[in-house]
Formats: sequence, structure tokens, C-alpha cells
Amino acid sequence: MKIIKSSMVGTLESSDIQIRVEQRDELGIKIQLKSSVEKQFGKQIRKVIIETLESLGIDSCLVIAIDKGALDCTIKARVQCAAYRAVGDAEKINWEVIN
Amino acid sequence: MERLRRTMMFVPGSNPSMLSDACIYGADSLMFDLEDAVAINEKDSARLLVYNAIKTIDYGNTEVVVRINELHGPYGRDDVEAMVRAGVDVIRLPKTERKEDIYEVEAAIEEVERKIGREIGSTKMMAAVESPIGVINAYEIATASKRLIGIALGAEDYATNMKTKRYPDGLELLGARTQIVIAARAAGIYALDTVYTHIDDEEGFKNEVELIKQLGFDGKSVINPRQIKPVCDIFAPTAEEIKKSENIRRAAQDAKEQGLGVISLNGKMIDKPIVDRANRVLQLATAVGLYKEEI
Amino acid sequence: MENSIGREIPDEIIDGKKVYVSPFFLNGEVVKTAHSIKTVKPGDEKLLDSIEEAIVKCGLKDGMTISFHHHFREGDYILNMVVNIIAKLGIKNLTLASSSLSSVHKELVKHIKNGVISRITTSGLRGELAEEISNGLMEKPVIIRSHGGRARAIEAGDIKIDVAFLGASSSDTYGNASGSRGIANCGSLGYAKIDAEFADKVVIITDFLAPFPNVPASISQKDVDYVVKIDKIGDPAGIVSCATRYTKNPKELLIAEYASRVIVESGYFKDGFSFQTGSGGSTLAVSRFLKDEMLIKGITANFALGGITKPIVEMHEEGLIKHIFDVQGFDLTAVKSIDENQNHHEIDSSFYANPHNKGCIANKLDVVVLSALEIDTDFNVNVMTGSDGVLRGASGGHSDTAACAKLTVIVSPLIRSRIPCVVDCVNTVITPGESIDVLVTEVGIAINPRRVDLIEKLKNINIPIYPIQELKEKVEGIVGIPEKIKYEDKVVAIVEYRDGSIIDVIRKVK
Repeated sequence: MKIIKSSMVGTLESSDIQIRVEQRDELGIKIQLKSSVEKQFGKQIRKVIIETLESLGIDSCLVIAIDKGALDCTIKARVQCAAYRAVGDAEKINWEVIN
Repeated sequence: MERLRRTMMFVPGSNPSMLSDACIYGADSLMFDLEDAVAINEKDSARLLVYNAIKTIDYGNTEVVVRINELHGPYGRDDVEAMVRAGVDVIRLPKTERKEDIYEVEAAIEEVERKIGREIGSTKMMAAVESPIGVINAYEIATASKRLIGIALGAEDYATNMKTKRYPDGLELLGARTQIVIAARAAGIYALDTVYTHIDDEEGFKNEVELIKQLGFDGKSVINPRQIKPVCDIFAPTAEEIKKSENIRRAAQDAKEQGLGVISLNGKMIDKPIVDRANRVLQLATAVGLYKEEI
Repeated sequence: MENSIGREIPDEIIDGKKVYVSPFFLNGEVVKTAHSIKTVKPGDEKLLDSIEEAIVKCGLKDGMTISFHHHFREGDYILNMVVNIIAKLGIKNLTLASSSLSSVHKELVKHIKNGVISRITTSGLRGELAEEISNGLMEKPVIIRSHGGRARAIEAGDIKIDVAFLGASSSDTYGNASGSRGIANCGSLGYAKIDAEFADKVVIITDFLAPFPNVPASISQKDVDYVVKIDKIGDPAGIVSCATRYTKNPKELLIAEYASRVIVESGYFKDGFSFQTGSGGSTLAVSRFLKDEMLIKGITANFALGGITKPIVEMHEEGLIKHIFDVQGFDLTAVKSIDENQNHHEIDSSFYANPHNKGCIANKLDVVVLSALEIDTDFNVNVMTGSDGVLRGASGGHSDTAACAKLTVIVSPLIRSRIPCVVDCVNTVITPGESIDVLVTEVGIAINPRRVDLIEKLKNINIPIYPIQELKEKVEGIVGIPEKIKYEDKVVAIVEYRDGSIIDVIRKVK
């Protein structure tokens, strides 16, 4: 999938993560993360974001994330939604890869 | 034996922290709402939150229900696809008016089950009646599918449709309630009552639960964890009921062991509905810690 | 050197002190220290025109120790005001011995940088001051002491207070000072009383001068050197800022209900029992559920102890609690009650929790309900540093009451915004595991294996019971396994146990 516009999903409430996805010319996924649990889970959060994007076939974008202690399943959900909002409207969710 | 559904707690599908905490409060069923609780521009994000939550979080023995958006709208079909794939226990229709509504959703569910290789029929359904025509068609709705486990009353819109409003004694809902319970009993499925929105009115809530218990409902929709215990307490059998039921169950076991076709207790014949009810009572009693089965 | 609970204490930190062995290991005979007294003659005027004048008259010099209390909590104006003036006078290298410090004291950061304050002993640290200290602001480590431990240290002379600056809601010109009957009232002055009795010089700072004699007085004229009147001692909204209503949060209520059931089934819930609960969240809500049980079973408590709130006062006024022993008032109901109810007694921190006090009332406590930031699989509790290793809490009366109470219950959610409460090894030990009996979370409880009696009593409680190891694994299954916090070698704080031994150290975060 190709990111063609920017999108934002999620809130700044406790246990949630706000994900903003933007188009990027260079190859690669760049993440700017601000997290309330950076020391304890920063590495894990970045891992989940990258893996989720990769599973959707996205190899280039900028992710700006503000995390308030979201669990992995919430991070996945927010990233998946932000990704689909940032691609063309015709793109239907490919459930085979979503998991 | 069929599971208990004394309480079905509504949880907005758009709230990650409630989705992960929901099962600590002891509700028999959880209903993750993709419909009324979710704003139009967040239908997609809520669907993915609930999908990922169901796939990842361990809800233990709690039944997981999702209320989808109406199938004819832009969201319903995607909701069905996502939830069946997630492995939800029950899909609840938002507003059910006739048996065709059931057929359509069932077809949508079956299509996904086939696609992904999930056992056909494993995704159950639940109907929600909230209009006069739905009440009139309650029986045809209740018998429209083998997947249907229950039928609920959604009274928020119903009173308005009936050109009246909600009163404390609930008389304006009497017709709808009794129709739904009758239909549920005739069809052999669950009857679930509507929500009570005045969370701080504990007295009023208890009165309503006593009423619907008397009418024969199996359970109540709740919107706050505080409402769970009062429902379980009111549905809990008395010591006398428990004793009676114990005796009936023992009589049934004795008859079975002795290979007798007829169960009798104190000279009276006991038929199946009585035994079923006795088992039900003991199930309710066990759930609140009032009875422990001796093995 | 490793102490008895496996915490590594560097030799240079030990420096002649003892390391922690067990809660009552250092309970031999001790000697109480005395202080010097500057006599007061007839006609001497204690009322001064300014804080500056008081500082000068007290002879405050470089290297001395000054003290404050924290009864005004986040609404305190006094500590910052006094230290600012001391800084202007060019005095340096002081030891600050405040009973606790809040985020409102972040002004101290600049005074530390400028060498005005070079040592601190306190029960708690919060906000920017705490973060800076965690990041290595101070050369000498802070000494964290519990309320009982601070009283012990003052009485033993480990803390030698040269000048105590004690805020009071009302005072007369001879120094009879109170936490009531003024404009900004705080009720009990329990933490201030000990300073008043042991400091060489005592300055009362008030914004309300009452006619002589201002009795009943928490601090007596016999201990006071000077009185200064200022415009405002604090912000009343910040003084009674703690939540003292029962929480409505369903998770906190569930935890509180479980904790109440544990207490009821423990065998300690009987007529004449005594208890202490906290000031908010689940720790306070437990008293609401206990109250219901007390009414049903016709049980009254002999006394309630600790920080006092409206719900406790209400139970007292309804006849459910005979006596209140109040070391700190959290709201206006507590303030009003301590004046009006004759069985609502003010106590000082030594009477409250000093292990070297013959009448330490915590010794008589049956049940205490406490919170935790972290608890490990040995049941050691951390209420001082966050899961990121940064200072953010207070030792308070935690280790004191936990050591003494017959039943110590910890209430905590299993997870707080992805941060697990149950861990392998806490970042900081404030209270050792052997003082902790039961952990209560929203998913179930864990009982300390040492308490074979409780395991027996609670086996039919109808709440899931888990080995604490399993709770830890459960929480890791939900949040994932957190990375271990990395520290540097530098010790930024020493945790002194109530008996004066060193139970843990806190290092600089990387």
C-alpha cells in the first residue's frame, strides 16, 4: 500500500495512543514517539508500529505518535486505521494481512 | 446447560481502556458497541479497536457480543466481516423489525464464515427490538434463525416511537416487554431487558429489575459496573428455592440411576420443565456463591 | 554490602550506619537527645516584624539544619518564602529537614544549584524537584525517612534541628500555635510538634494572630522563641487539596470491595478493632465497604489512625469509631472535628509511628490499608519511585504502619496505563515484604506465604487467590515485559528504615 495523504487516529486519553501518519519520499518507516512509558516499553512500541505497517505492505511513511500507555492491541488498531485512512479511498481493508 | 445472561454490560467500542478492563466486573456478557456509542467519523477506528481487542485480550468465560451498525448502511458489512474474523461469540443487530433483517445478517455472517473456514453457525446472533413493528413481529424474529440466542428490548427509541415517554413504573413498556418475553419463551431463547440510564438512582434500578424478573426476563442490559451486583442479587434464588431445587435434581438423578421413565418427588410427578427450572436455580445460586455442588 | 533483603548498599553510603536486618531488629535501648534553650525573661517580645529578623535573631549560620512541616501540602507558601530570604542573606550549605516536600517546592532547585541547600532529609519528593534530584542535582544523597523514622532520628539526635520554621494557622504573640481557628486551617499539626520540642530555635509563622492564650495549642509557648505574622501562610485550596470523597471509579471500588472482604474474613474484624485507611482512591473507599459491614454486624472500631478525612469523621460521629488519633487532617471536616469532637485526638509523629517510642500507637493497630506503586514477588513495596526509577512519592507512614499492624493490606490496580504493579524486583524498597500480608487487585488477591493463618482463613473468600508470581506473569501477559531501568552508580537518595538502618538506595537514572 502507498501512503498518499496524512491521517490521524486515536486520543490522548490514558491507555490510548494517538497516531499520525504522513507521506514520506524516502524509503523506510520513520517514527517520532513520545510515550509516558518510554523507558519501559519504548522499544516494544516502535516494534509494534513497524511490524503493523510492514504487514500492510507499507515501506515508507512518517509516524508521529503520542502514547499514553496503550497496549499492543490498541497500538495495532490505531496504526492499521491511520494507515487505511492515509491511502486511497478505493483501498478496502485486506483482512488476510490485518492480523 | 445454557450459560447465564443475567447482565450484559454495554462498552463503547471506541474506548481502549474500557475494552481491556471490561471483564473484571463480573458481567455475564459484554456488548462492545460499534453503533450508537461511536461517532460517524470513528466507525473505522472503533471497528479495528474491537477487532484487535477480541483477538488479543483474554475475556475468560465472559460472552463477547458486538452490536454492529445496520447492514444497509455504509458500516454494517465491514463490521460483520471484522467481527466474525475476530471470533466474536454473538453479533447483535441494531434494530430488528422483521425476519428478513435476521436472514440478511445471517447470510452476511455465513459468507465470512465460509471465507475464513470458521465453523458455519458458530457465530451466534441476537436481535434487538425497539419499534412497534418489531414488537409485533417478535415471534417471527425470534424463530428466524438457529443462530439466534436471544432477543432484547431497546427502549430508548421505543417510548418515543410510541408517542409516550419513560415513566418510573415502566407501564408504558409493559406491552413491549411481555410480547418479547412471550416470543422468547415460545422460541426457546433468551429475553433481555433494556438499559436503565439513571445510574445514581439505585432504588429505581432495583425496582425495575424486580419487575422484569417477575415478567420472566433472563437478564438486564447494564451500562455501569455498579449495576451488575444488584441484578445478580435480585436474580439469586432464595434458600428455600435452592433447597427445593436440590430435592428435584436429586429426584431426577435417582430416577435416571434406577432407569425409571418417570421422576417423582413426594408422591407427585415432576416433568421436564420443572427439572430444567430446578437446574437453572442451582446454576444461578452457584454463580453467586450460594450453592456448591457436592460431587 | 547486601542487606537482609538483597539490596546492595555501597560501603561509602553505609559510613558507620547499620543496614536493614528485620523490622524490629534494632529495638534495644536508646537515648533521647536534648536541645539548647535560650531563656526568655518577663517583658521579652517574641513577636518580630519579619522573617528576616527572625532568621538573624536565631543566629542561623552556614552549615546549620532548618526544618519545616508539610501540613499545608501543595498550598504551602512558607518553605519557599523562608528559603528565598535565607538565600538573600547569603547563608549557605544548609541541611533542609522538612517532614515532606511537594511539587510546589520546585523553587528549591535553584537554591540547591546555588549552594544554599546542600543536604535534604524528607519523607517525600515530587514534581520538578524530585526529577532534578533523580537526575543527580545534589552532591550529597537525600535521606528518605518515614514519619516514624524522622521522629526517631530527631529524638536520637541524628537530625539536629538548629532552627524550625513552623507555619501555624493561628498563634498568639507568645507562641501558642494551632492548626485551627485561623484563616487557612489544616487541623492537626502532628508533624510539627516534634520539631517544636527538639529544635534549638523555633519560629512560628502565622497569618492570624489570636489573643493570648491561644488554647488549646498544638505547639506550646514553652517551645517557641519567635512569632512572625505574614500576609498569607498558604493557599487554602491547596492545603485541603486531597480528594476526600469516596471514589466513583468502578475499578477502584471493586478493589476496595475485595479489600474490605479480605479484612472481614481475616479474623481481625471484630468489635473494638482498630484500623487505618488512606486518603483517596481505593485506600479510602475501603472504609465505605467496611462501614456497611460494621453496621450489619454491629461492630464498632476502638480507634482510627493516621491521616484523617471526612468519611472517617462521619463514622466517628455516627458512633462507629470511638476514638480518632489524628496526625494529619486532609479536609475541612477533619479540621472542624478535631476542634469539636473530644475523642478526636491530635497526636505527633513520634506517638504515631516512632519505633523507639514506648507508646507508639501504630503498635496497637489491627488493620492498615496502604497503596503501592510497585510490589515484587517477595512482597517488597515501593511507594517512592515510579516504574521509570524517578522519585515521585513519599515513604510516609507506610513502613511504620505495615511493620506494626496485625494485618497489612496493599490495594493497587494490576496495571496503571501499561505500567505493571507486580514486578520481579521493585525499583526501590520502602517497606520490606515481611511486613506485607495481602495484595488486593481488581483481578484477585495474593497472600504472603508467611501468613499460613491468613491462607487458611481466606480460602473460602470467593475472590480469586493467586500466588504472587502468577499475578506477575498475568500482568506481563497483558502489557508485555518492561525493559529494566538503567541507573548510573551515583546514589541520589538513601532510604532509611524506621529504625535508622539502611534498607535501600536510589541511584541516578541514566
